[in-house]
Amino acid sequence: MPIKSYLAHPQEGKKEDLIKALSELKECEVMPATNEDVLVVVTDTLDDASEDILKEKIEKIDSLKLLAMVSGFNSPQN
Amino acid sequence: MYNSLSSRRSFIKKMAKLSAMTAAATMFPGILFASEQEAGIPDSANLDWKKGPCRFCGVGCGILVGVDQGKAVAVKGDPNCSVNKGLLCVKGYHQIMCTQAKDRLTHALVKKNGRYVQTPINEALDIVANKMKETIEKHGKDSVAMYTSGQSTIPEGYVASKLMKGAIGTNNLDCNARLCMASAVAGFLTTFGADEPMGCYEDIDHADYFITWGNNMAEMHPVLFSRMLEQKNRRGAKIIDFATRTTRSSTASNKSILFEPQTDLAVANAICYEIINNGWVNKSFVENHVNFSKGLTNMGYGVEDKYNFKDKPTKIDFEAYKKFLEDYTPEKVAKYSKVSVKDIKYLAAIYGDPNKKVVSYWCMGMNQHTRGTWMNNLVYNIHLLTGKISQPGNGPFSLTGQPSACGTAREVGTFTHKLPKGVVTNEKHRRLAAKIWKVPYERIPAKPTYHATEMFRAVDRGDIKFIWTQVTNPLVSLPKTSRYRPGMEKDSCFVVVSDVFPTPTSDVADVILPASWHIEKSGLYGNSERRTQHWDKMVEGPGETTPDAWMTIEIAKRMGYGDLFPYSEENHVEEIYNEYRQFHEGAKHGMAPLEVLKKESGAIWPYVDGKSTQWRFNAKYDPACSNDKDFHFYGKPDGKAVIWQRPYEPAAESPDTEYPFWLNTGRVIEHWHTGSMTRRIPVLHKAMPEAYVEFHPDDAKKLGVRNGEKIKVSSRRGSCVLPASINERGLPTRGQVFVPFFDENMLINDVTLDAFCPISKEPDYKKCAVKVEKA
Repeated sequence: MPIKSYLAHPQEGKKEDLIKALSELKECEVMPATNEDVLVVVTDTLDDASEDILKEKIEKIDSLKLLAMVSGFNSPQN
Repeated sequence: MYNSLSSRRSFIKKMAKLSAMTAAATMFPGILFASEQEAGIPDSANLDWKKGPCRFCGVGCGILVGVDQGKAVAVKGDPNCSVNKGLLCVKGYHQIMCTQAKDRLTHALVKKNGRYVQTPINEALDIVANKMKETIEKHGKDSVAMYTSGQSTIPEGYVASKLMKGAIGTNNLDCNARLCMASAVAGFLTTFGADEPMGCYEDIDHADYFITWGNNMAEMHPVLFSRMLEQKNRRGAKIIDFATRTTRSSTASNKSILFEPQTDLAVANAICYEIINNGWVNKSFVENHVNFSKGLTNMGYGVEDKYNFKDKPTKIDFEAYKKFLEDYTPEKVAKYSKVSVKDIKYLAAIYGDPNKKVVSYWCMGMNQHTRGTWMNNLVYNIHLLTGKISQPGNGPFSLTGQPSACGTAREVGTFTHKLPKGVVTNEKHRRLAAKIWKVPYERIPAKPTYHATEMFRAVDRGDIKFIWTQVTNPLVSLPKTSRYRPGMEKDSCFVVVSDVFPTPTSDVADVILPASWHIEKSGLYGNSERRTQHWDKMVEGPGETTPDAWMTIEIAKRMGYGDLFPYSEENHVEEIYNEYRQFHEGAKHGMAPLEVLKKESGAIWPYVDGKSTQWRFNAKYDPACSNDKDFHFYGKPDGKAVIWQRPYEPAAESPDTEYPFWLNTGRVIEHWHTGSMTRRIPVLHKAMPEAYVEFHPDDAKKLGVRNGEKIKVSSRRGSCVLPASINERGLPTRGQVFVPFFDENMLINDVTLDAFCPISKEPDYKKCAVKVEKA
């Protein structure tokens, strides 16, 4: 059950769009910076396959410029 | 089982979030995540947002505290406060969480037969007052002392000064601002005859260059640094970081210049040499507004008890000063400063360009320096030679470390030599204090007694037999605690500690008094830009916690000085402030009325005719200027500032064969000073759980040291074991190690040296010699 965190950089002027798009994905928790154009994204998925699918979905978002992974953890299934 | 996994999962998510926030902070110093704080607010909360200043650091950000059913549940930046315009740093957002710590001091504790016994507050105050009185009767008034703080509110500092100097009649009052700001004060007084910066934070919006002198603003003053970065990105303003260690500030700056510890003195002189040599002097400014002086040299370092020094200024002329600077050509200075000739000339050219506005910022790097007063003078020299001072975007600006180092320590004057207006050595100032305090003039002694370091030496020697510390944790923050901790443990001194949480200082107390925290009382602070900020009590404190000012008043009453302290418990903050304002009446330091401060997010003094004065000494902005010229440095009798001839002199202790490394100490963004509050805020504690010793990778390789390995750092005073940190938070220069001082489990100040600036008496925490070995 992977938990990963990313820094998501929006396209110029598209921070709000990116927040909205990411917030619609139920496995994503989004925390936008107050004073910079960057978002912290924490993903919580069932398994590696789901994580890969989610990552693909995120990378297709138009308002996303760059997604950089920061950390990855694996938690035992409950 | 399910709960346990769920909680583990939630913990991992928090860690993942924190890792990303930390990574973001590395890329964007000063980055803020307001939603993180708001996440804990219950959906049903109907919050009452109350205005105040932040509890941490000297920037003085405006905060709004969300109160729900008598409990503080959230903090956000005050968008109406011009200091931070709604921004806060990670400490600011989480500050109120410390009040929920389980080990909060809620009741007075009195040591009986070696054990602390919970005691009703009134009984504990009786014990303290009786002990203080008895000690004075037996050993004289100079046998008792108070040691307060740049985190004390203005009313707290004021009543402490009135009790000690006006009521008891001793100058045995000093404060922890001696450890951080005294060199800035001495620098201002010697150069301008008036304390505190002439500019304000609005300088950030106008400057073309920011030159930071030994100042890691990205971690220590993150909101101001964010404002600078905004100007860098928006207007192309440039940040030059001049330091002994590569930090987050260095990496976010346009240019980082590293220098050998202590040689900032020589580099500053070399910049002045270049300014003169290239004809960049603002001649009319210098002719009209500047005198030249020199003082004594080879002053020593104060490492011996009862060290005494008094400077003897002598006037010199421009030619003599120019001749003196010949020893500081860039070529000569480059040899020992390790700053290239090109970089010295680059710095000089920035200051020397008449079309560029420059602000110099500094804090502990220049102040905690055995020649700290000189260093402050030297940066003023640069600005005075070029006339870049007291104008929007042009000026020298010393930042404070504590929220009221200016408002309380410096303006109220909780130093041994100070009075709320002026100094104890000045008869006129003593007479004014006696008049306002309604005490006989003769009662206020004309001679200062103990500055901070000497005060704790006097405790160790047995000369001080009663000490009361408020809002400070000296047994973590003093230099050379390896001497002062055993000193405080001696039976010869009765120790009273007022605090919010237990600390290594309260561990040696005979009586512990439970203090109200920041928002549990009303108060006033004064920040780095001369801004006085008021807040009303927001929530009730737990148990018998009591505001420090009120505890001082209660002690005064019990000692028989009730007539001098006629304040009411409900309104004492207002009553004290109104009394205190009388000291500063007039155009040079007038303070805003309380009703203004209640409405606004602070006002900058001098507050004249309903207006803050943003740039002092400039006739265009400052109504106190009265010499019919464009500038008036009215702190000096002739209205002129002073350019000081101050040489380079070596540090008190330098690396040698036995102790081959420089030790530099300091802070980290997550923790406030000794960590007694921020280490009780879970998110901050998790982000930075323990101190470390930072190596340059080449030194680590040479010593075979790996990241996380336990290292013993030893000096001639003591030792401390910490994990190694290589290529993590900061990067010291080769031959230097850095250790943050927030961790009471790893007391690096057992290792530091209690050498100080002979003029300001501020210790140097940035330079001593150590050896490092695997523990």
